[in-house]
Amino acid sequence: MARKAIVDRRKCAYCGACVAVCPADANELVETFLEIYDDRCTGCGICVKMCPMGALAMVEVE
Amino acid sequence: MYDVVVVGAGPAGSMAAKTAAEQGLNVLLVEKRQEIGTPVRCAEGISRESIEKFFEVDKKWIAAEVTGAKIYAPDKTEIVMSEEMAGNEVGYVLERKIFDRHVARLAAKAGAEVYVKTAMVDFERKDGKVKLKLRRLGEEWEVETKILIGADGVESKIGRKAGIIKTLKLNEVESCAQYLMAGLDIDENYTYFYLGREIAPGGYAWIFPKGNGSANVGIGVLPKMAEKTAKEYLDAFIEKEGIEGKIVEFVAGAVPVYGEIETAVTDNIMLAGDAAYHADPITGGGIANALSAGYYAGKVAAEAVQKNDFSASFLRRYDELWKNDFGKKLKRNKKLQLKFIDMDDALLNKLAGAIAGKNLREMSVAAIVKELLKAHPKLLWDLKDLF
Ligand SMILES: Cc1cc2nc3c(=O)[nH]c(=O)nc-3n(C[C@H](O)[C@H](O)[C@H](O)COP(=O)(O)OP(=O)(O)OC[C@H]3O[C@@H](n4cnc5c(N)ncnc54)[C@H](O)[C@@H]3O)c2cc1C
Ligand code: SF4
Ligand code: SF4
Repeated sequence: MARKAIVDRRKCAYCGACVAVCPADANELVETFLEIYDDRCTGCGICVKMCPMGALAMVEVE
Repeated sequence: MYDVVVVGAGPAGSMAAKTAAEQGLNVLLVEKRQEIGTPVRCAEGISRESIEKFFEVDKKWIAAEVTGAKIYAPDKTEIVMSEEMAGNEVGYVLERKIFDRHVARLAAKAGAEVYVKTAMVDFERKDGKVKLKLRRLGEEWEVETKILIGADGVESKIGRKAGIIKTLKLNEVESCAQYLMAGLDIDENYTYFYLGREIAPGGYAWIFPKGNGSANVGIGVLPKMAEKTAKEYLDAFIEKEGIEGKIVEFVAGAVPVYGEIETAVTDNIMLAGDAAYHADPITGGGIANALSAGYYAGKVAAEAVQKNDFSASFLRRYDELWKNDFGKKLKRNKKLQLKFIDMDDALLNKLAGAIAGKNLREMSVAAIVKELLKAHPKLLWDLKDLF
């Protein structure tokens, strides 16, 4: 089990705040949406605290 | 091969591309959004001076002109700042959707190539130049350049990958939410600032009028101190203040409140604007410094091409220019910000009470602090050498 960040794309405002603070370079604002790269996400939860919209959450994955 | 590739068509990038192209360089400006200037991530306030330094003002991209500012302590003590002569506007509230496009268009007019809906996905420095990987509509290709200007905003990957800047920590950045509201009943001659830990921990709330009863109503909070999301703080603020209006646009974003970085360059690369944490740590304003930094980066790029020297030691000229212009202020305002975020609501009320009713003729952070130092030298003794 590991913790990973997930984004609710219906809440995300495409603002880049989470990208600015991710220490693992695990997220990216692609041309029109936010992408999180599971293989790089360390599960630190920093982006969740940063998100102005509450669009991010941590989940347990296999 | 390009002389300069600029990544990001915000104020910093477009200004850099414009300046470099005007010096006769072969310039490419790359922007991943499909429409320059949208979505807006800004409250759009800027001093008149900062705009008029670079542009002939065009009403098309000015939403409103303001003559002063009102600042509210948590207990609603009011501090008013306004220019001596009424009717002498000191600030503009821009229409950035139009302004950002205007600056990009000036860059294009000066001869820069512009690619939109095109992301820079990777880069590599090799043999004295930079190879960039670009992506548009799913297709990837490579371009080469002598100089890369990273104007890719607060989410900058260039600065981090090149090792120029470190990732922002949760006490070095503001998390922001804002509504454009219509149908408001406000005096549109002023901008409004609301302070207090309860309202906006580590930040403030603002109302910037945009004309015809509309305004940017927003908030910035320091995530390290915040207990809920910026949007929740904003909704609570609007409710508490009884602000009535219709929400016609939604904005979210981040502003670096880092202070001055050591250097914004490395071999072949310069960073400008939010990418270099150039926004002001106390006000969060970043347009003015982004424009200036872009201008200096464009100038130094031209010198570097002329000398055929793209080394970090040559590009340090750019550091000198932006630091001379606003580096000291970033450093000073960072100290002030650290002091400010430590203040609880009782202290803010006390300080505001000490200078309320004073006629502050200059609209600046320095003017307030100088007045506070007169009123409460002991409380702020460690700031006295800064002002
Ligand atoms: C809510 C809020 C309110 C604000 N209010 C004010 C204010 O009232 N006054 C003020 O002066 N400042 C304000 N600011 C700050 C101001 O918006 C920024 O300082 C300013 O936009 C910085 O300009 P820039 O050119 O450096 O970056 P940006 O304007 O952020 O531009 C960066 C550009 O780079 C693009 N980009 C990023 N990565 C890539 C890539 N890999 N490939 C291609 N393109 C890329 C982005 O899409 C973006 O268009 C506010 C900020 C926020 C969030
Ligand atoms: S910080 Fe939140 S709203 Fe902004 S891009 Fe990330 S997930 Fe979306
Ligand atoms: S949880 Fe940490 S590593 Fe994962 S995306 Fe968020 S900030 Fe990056």
